[in-house]
Amino acid sequence: MPTNHALEFPGGYTRSVGPVIGRFLSELRDGRLVGVRAGSGRVIFPPLEYDPDNGHAVTDEYVEVGPSGTVESFAWVGEPLPSHPLDRPFAWALVRPDGADTAILHVLDVGEYERGAAPPKRLKPGLRVRPRYRAAAERRGDISDIEAFQPEVTMITAPSRLEYDLKPGRALDRFLEGVSEGRILGHRCPVCRKVMVPMKGLCPKDGVPTTEEVEVADTGTVTTFAVNNLPDPRAPQVPFVSAYVLLDGADVAMVALVSGLPADQVRMGMRVRALWKPREEWGRTITNIRWFEPIDEPDVPFDRIAEYM
Amino acid sequence: MGNPCAIIGIGQTRYQTKRLDVSIAGLLREAAVRALEDADLTWDDIDCVVIGKAPDMFEGVMMPEAYLADALGAAGKPVMRVHTAGSVGGSTAIVAASMIQSGVHQRVLTIAWEKQSESNATWALTVGGPHSTSLVVGAGGYFAPHIRAYIRRSGAPDHVGTLVAVKDRENALRNPYAHLRIPGISREMVESTPMLWEPIRYLETCPSSDGACAMVLASEDAARRAPNKPAWVHGTAMRSEPIFFAGRDTVNPQGGKDCAADVYRQAGITDPRSELDVAEVYVPFSWYEPMWLENLGFCGEGEGWKLTEAGATALDGDIPWNASGGVLSSNPIGASGMIRFAEAALQVRGMAGEHQVEGARRALGHAYGGGAQFFAMWIVGSEKP
Ligand SMILES: [Zn+2]
Repeated sequence: MPTNHALEFPGGYTRSVGPVIGRFLSELRDGRLVGVRAGSGRVIFPPLEYDPDNGHAVTDEYVEVGPSGTVESFAWVGEPLPSHPLDRPFAWALVRPDGADTAILHVLDVGEYERGAAPPKRLKPGLRVRPRYRAAAERRGDISDIEAFQPEVTMITAPSRLEYDLKPGRALDRFLEGVSEGRILGHRCPVCRKVMVPMKGLCPKDGVPTTEEVEVADTGTVTTFAVNNLPDPRAPQVPFVSAYVLLDGADVAMVALVSGLPADQVRMGMRVRALWKPREEWGRTITNIRWFEPIDEPDVPFDRIAEYM
Repeated sequence: MGNPCAIIGIGQTRYQTKRLDVSIAGLLREAAVRALEDADLTWDDIDCVVIGKAPDMFEGVMMPEAYLADALGAAGKPVMRVHTAGSVGGSTAIVAASMIQSGVHQRVLTIAWEKQSESNATWALTVGGPHSTSLVVGAGGYFAPHIRAYIRRSGAPDHVGTLVAVKDRENALRNPYAHLRIPGISREMVESTPMLWEPIRYLETCPSSDGACAMVLASEDAARRAPNKPAWVHGTAMRSEPIFFAGRDTVNPQGGKDCAADVYRQAGITDPRSELDVAEVYVPFSWYEPMWLENLGFCGEGEGWKLTEAGATALDGDIPWNASGGVLSSNPIGASGMIRFAEAALQVRGMAGEHQVEGARRALGHAYGGGAQFFAMWIVGSEKP
């Protein structure tokens, strides 16, 4: 049966730091990082009274370094212990401030992560970081005057939202009224006599207004199509087929989903019919037509649809 | 065509998926400073700035000309923005050239860019309205049916798209600015990638890039003082057509044919395949090479794939297309048209480096956009017209 036993010197040891480390801690309390130049010219940070490479005394030249620095290496702490400086995942990192030739070991806070999280992708050697100091009044001339290093700001998020009240316009309004009654309407151009579905109230080719309403069939012919292997919010299942369907009686093919058969069996010239949603689900929207499905008719020869693509 | 117009400075950024190290302004300045250095000029020497980019939804920066005016040294100078969807880089260069040709300005800085990493191009291209009937996923979803129609109409064998995908990526290995650099690129590699929008495979599509391209255009007088050899504008043309109308030929659009006829007439060209030395043509999906070979009159209708298959458009062919690697290798959308125009100019200046077509004297720069409904083209030459 173990017995718990704690040894703690009352008040903590009083450790004199000497002139070199004292200078470092005094500057740190003022929110600055300084290193010291060794006889070799290297800037040692945090400063020491001697060059650790050869034991020679350092010069008395103090050099301000950082505040930006570079992560040289790190150890990820996914599950911090109670004695750790942060209560969420962080890294111990060797950070070399700009202008210094050696690195300091300190806490690196890369943001909010769930306990147990894997190290984030952006945490890698080379990451640019800066110290986050405690408020000036709380600083005591102690290494923990720096709460943690944190990544430099490299990106901001810019939310943006545009909201419109859209009116379909007279022609498209009539088209939507038609589909709300299960009918597909188009306009015939007074100049070229072509029937456009859905109509916009003008012929883009002739530049004239159109008003002559024509009802077309809900059967038609696939002219050409794409087999999409990338999902879309309107067609989440892949593969899906987006096709140009030339409705019987129309002169412009419209883009629609084709379904009811495997994607690799869709053909140019295939005859299709609209599959309407149940009547009670209809609204003033083209999505009243769920998609087009093949019908049992021979394919239309290519030379009869070639001019519609 | 007005006064002579010279291209005396060209600057490009390295094209890559994400340029997280620069702001939008910084990206443009990088290209602009390189163009100014090429022309041995400073911001102070510029009279007017003409910029172009694709739809605002790409970066969510509305009226970028307002945000960028001071970043581009345009304080106290005219600055304007051009917008014609994917062809904008070409249209922007043409508007800038017209400032010189009209005699209004001596030195015009023109820049086009896209920083696609700030959002998602497929989202930005697919924002539909509540009344819209379209069901198209990004540019690939739109163009795939038209490519299928081309293949059917022309009877082209399936592998032609693969050949273009390989050729342009091989060329990209010679271009230090290119985004996609795939050592050992091969037909097998392309054919092993999945169909995204059948008949378009993954490696038959362009990448999504951040990048900018800039040019300094100059009058004859200003060009005389330029340190490096200029390119000269021999013709410029733009055309557009509506996206949907009865009888529209979406495979071989009339707008493209008319635009080509116009620019050839200005440059005195009757047979582009033999009279041009190199072409930089907007080919974002590999099949658009044979399609545009026909649309641009390099061959008869239905013959484009035969040129590709015979290697005519390869770097060592009789009419190299996209020696730089083209849009298939780098696609900062708004800049892609200007890159074509700039690469055409680099070729006739003899400054295209490792992808230089030996002795190139006349070159075509081409861009298209929207639903293949906006066209912009220029022909540049090594000699003043
Ligand atoms: Zn008409």
